[in-house]
Amino acid sequence: MAAKRALEGLKVIDLTWVAAGPTITTYLADQGATVIRLESHTRFDVYSRLASPFKDGTPGMDRSGFFTAHNASKYSATLDLAKPKGKEVFWKFIMWADVLTESMTPGTMKKLGFDYESVSKVKPDIVYLSFSVYGQYGPWASGPGFGQLASSMAGLFHLGGWPDRAPAPPYGAYADYVAPPFTAAAILAALDYRRRTGKGQYIGVALAESSLHFAAPVVMDYMINGRVMNRNGNRISRAVPHGAFPCQGDDRWCAIGIFNDDEWQGLCQAMGDPAWAKGPKFADFLGRKKNEDELETLITEWTSNHQAEEVASRLQAAGVPCSVVETTQDLFEDSQLKHREHIRWLDHPVMGKHIHRRPAFKLSKTPDQSTAAPTLGQHNEYVYKELLGLSDEEIADLLAERVITTEADLPW
Amino acid sequence: MPQPKKSEALLGPYRALDLSDDKGLLCGRILADLGADVIKIERPGGDPARRIGPFYHDIPEPEKSLYWFAYNVGKRGITLNIETADGQDIFQRLVKTADFVIESFTPGHMDELGLGYKALSALNPRLIMASITPFGQTGPKAKDKACDFTSWASGGALYCAGDPDRPPVQLSFPQAYLHAAARAALGSLIALYHRGQDGEGQQVDVSIQESVMAVLMDAPEMWDLNRFVFRRKGYGLVHPSRGIRQRFGVPCKDGYASIYMMGGAPGVILEHMKAMIRWMDEEGMAPDWLKDLDWISDYDSAKVSQETIDRVEEAFINFLMTKTKADLSDAVIPKRLVMAPILDAKDLAIHPQLAERDYWAKVEHPELGEAITYCGPFAKLNQAPIEIQRPPPLIGEHNMEVYEQELGFSRSQLSALKSAGVI
Repeated sequence: MAAKRALEGLKVIDLTWVAAGPTITTYLADQGATVIRLESHTRFDVYSRLASPFKDGTPGMDRSGFFTAHNASKYSATLDLAKPKGKEVFWKFIMWADVLTESMTPGTMKKLGFDYESVSKVKPDIVYLSFSVYGQYGPWASGPGFGQLASSMAGLFHLGGWPDRAPAPPYGAYADYVAPPFTAAAILAALDYRRRTGKGQYIGVALAESSLHFAAPVVMDYMINGRVMNRNGNRISRAVPHGAFPCQGDDRWCAIGIFNDDEWQGLCQAMGDPAWAKGPKFADFLGRKKNEDELETLITEWTSNHQAEEVASRLQAAGVPCSVVETTQDLFEDSQLKHREHIRWLDHPVMGKHIHRRPAFKLSKTPDQSTAAPTLGQHNEYVYKELLGLSDEEIADLLAERVITTEADLPW
Repeated sequence: MPQPKKSEALLGPYRALDLSDDKGLLCGRILADLGADVIKIERPGGDPARRIGPFYHDIPEPEKSLYWFAYNVGKRGITLNIETADGQDIFQRLVKTADFVIESFTPGHMDELGLGYKALSALNPRLIMASITPFGQTGPKAKDKACDFTSWASGGALYCAGDPDRPPVQLSFPQAYLHAAARAALGSLIALYHRGQDGEGQQVDVSIQESVMAVLMDAPEMWDLNRFVFRRKGYGLVHPSRGIRQRFGVPCKDGYASIYMMGGAPGVILEHMKAMIRWMDEEGMAPDWLKDLDWISDYDSAKVSQETIDRVEEAFINFLMTKTKADLSDAVIPKRLVMAPILDAKDLAIHPQLAERDYWAKVEHPELGEAITYCGPFAKLNQAPIEIQRPPPLIGEHNMEVYEQELGFSRSQLSALKSAGVI
């Protein structure tokens, strides 16, 4: 018998798209919620389903690794919300659901007739999430909705890279992975509130606002001390050395962070107690900080003569915080991640198998379970028949009138 | 404080005991924002995270850490040494009425103290315990040493960022722990939902390494599907199959901006490209060859050459170098551009969108005699809005409230516990 799942029975109708919104609903789906991603063949999630990387490098709507990275464990159904009959059917989804999630351009749901005010009149206990980059109101509400831009607006990208260079921020739509845990937490708290009080909830999230919490002390430093923090490479004020050091091989590195004298002694010991390390220059924290350039050069001389794995294991043995700077390939071979079975391979009707990064937390009594990210409209029959309870006749009519869509006009 | 309203908050009826260090502080902040009574339990003398700067007016004192402020506002605070037998006994008494425990010790440490999940769940089967560690509770690296930066490396984020001619580079305000702490809050509330159905609590085993992996967007998929290892390429986009590079980051007059410079399918990006060219043309900075480019056929990433990309990007940069971040910010909405200036703390403090939405939250700090500005609610809720309940706790600020009024210790007992180094 399969283990219980934490969110068994929770029903979510999902109108989010691209990266951040679908990440929120994947958190719910991986824990057993029934999440239906609603798209149509005329308005499908183009920035995700048609985004590279593709299986075998061949483009195709159901071949995108970008899509699978954000949509495991969900059902996919198609519905044309522009058609009056599509709207009628959507009301049935609303009546079915506990939670409605959307990340359209602010104002779109109102135009469609499904804004919170309209929906909550019919279904007062709905938990309704509106997720957008800058929020539902204000001069920037209609601003462009891409994660790189949000990361720039939230003060995060300014902090990535070297002080003498242009920003070199983390890869990708970074803030799209900052806001989702906050947002999903708010949904779950609202569901508990509903359980206790019977009341629904409107949740408006601005991605840029929640992401700002990841730079909060930096902003407060300006507000209170007038200091504008700049990017500073790999250095931080309370540790030294603190950086990525080159090792033998092609672009191999080891990350090291030393926060106290014990760790410093451990590093010296791991390097074989070189004479330079015993000098007065590096005897205490302030000395090491003052001579950080020279210290980094000397450590580099040692690390570059060793494999990254060897540096890491020697330093670990000496009690020093360190790690191989893992490439994406390394992650697939990492013994710890293997032990935790963090990467799963899921059976997919078109791609064969696709990978899935499981939640970063394991629940001891209700383990997460995942199924493949759905192809477009893969679950139409199940969703309309079993979940919404429509008759075969009704479904046939909706198909004939292209309210349930089946064909896309693709460039290939 | 707002006692009468408390049950009306999203998590109003619940209490969390927060034993975590900087690996987990944000978790409790999120629960406190959502209305839970979060009690930060510090070792006597104060938590080491109080030593993390920056500091209020640069005064490096434990009660003036802005880092501490940011991630502990809204919590109450008591001191307790759980390494002592009396401390363990008191902690167990607190656990009986708690809903959440948040901790970030090395795996096994809580067990050694008799305070592991098994022991605590025997006292309170409804307890939800979030354990935040670099690699999770089990596995070959479970007890390896790590810091935020090495976790950024072991989760794969560090390797993907930086300039090709320099080492991989972090965000200068460390992020790994925050990702883990936010996911600990989420995992705890998933467990709360389950408890609402079945009545049982459970342990939430958070891995910081895995939390970092969650930010890699599609880079692991690039390896899995195309055997392509994403390498740092400055601030831009690399098309794995063709090896061409497109920039996202560009300089402007007084800083930098993020901008899409892409062609291909019709849509908002294409309209933005046309709007940019019109704007450049208005100011006489769109050369004819640029105006003649067909963004659909000539600039499709499946076909366009690196040479053309470089030429287009140079023309854009020449134009953007005549504009300040403020100029660009003012143009984005009216011209419908897919662009954003890269803001620093000063830009954020005066950003019109945040101001218009009344984002910043002022919290009175009686000990400083002034109100401090905090990042505001991470979500706007209609029935039970997020409110910061109180300023961050001073060291042991709520000892009397908790130990005397709630647990019923007498003043003389408390004096004895204090001199024994328990509180």
